[in-house]
Amino acid sequence: MRVPILKQGPYLIASIQDALTDEDLAQLQQELVARVGQYRTRGVIIDVAALDVMDSFASRTLRDLAHAIKLRGARTVIVGIQPDVAFSMVRLGLSLVGADTALDLEDGLALLEQHV
Amino acid sequence: MAAETRVPIRQGGDIITARQAGRAVAAQLGFSSADQTLIATAISEMARNILMYARCGEIILRPEQEHRPGITIIAADEGPGIPDIQRALQNGYSTSGSLGLGLPGTKRIMDEFSIVSEVGKGTIVTMKKWKY
Repeated sequence: MRVPILKQGPYLIASIQDALTDEDLAQLQQELVARVGQYRTRGVIIDVAALDVMDSFASRTLRDLAHAIKLRGARTVIVGIQPDVAFSMVRLGLSLVGADTALDLEDGLALLEQHV
Repeated sequence: MAAETRVPIRQGGDIITARQAGRAVAAQLGFSSADQTLIATAISEMARNILMYARCGEIILRPEQEHRPGITIIAADEGPGIPDIQRALQNGYSTSGSLGLGLPGTKRIMDEFSIVSEVGKGTIVTMKKWKY
């Protein structure tokens, strides 16, 4: 697994370290959805601060992931979208509907604390 | 700066190689970091299309410095071709189950964008981004 997934209290934190191939992203998707059940997780944070590009495949994968996790009864927060990446997503017409977003890990955890 | 850079696209990792090469060329040309990201994203979309529809092909990065500074990106493959280019450029149209945002979105973020495609022969997407 290229993306380390840490368990912190009732939450799972996946922090992407480097550019990911489509296969890596698909693997992360499966892995996280499975672990939500394994750890009875209420919230998942995905830190994408290391991603310098979020294209249509990556945003669809994150969207689907958040949706699947919601169906499993947990909440997903995507944190760390870089300014240039946010701008390019807007220009491309990409969104992450279904997933919450927060500025960074700290804000992401605070968001989960409020809602979970 | 090299006259052009060619990145073969044969597997998933090549998408990353191509977009990182594109970002490096754009940075060398003095594009802003926001534009570098747009250029890298456009390359990512086109490289994935090559992989998804044609299985292999190449991305060619060509710095433009003579008249107007900019970058030309060519995505070429010898795949099945696109039967209906107008439809392929519509938001939400896809034959692969994707969101159908890649091609129209990429067209939007580049300054010039053209597709030449022949069914059974292949597809050549040429796009340009000017520095100003």
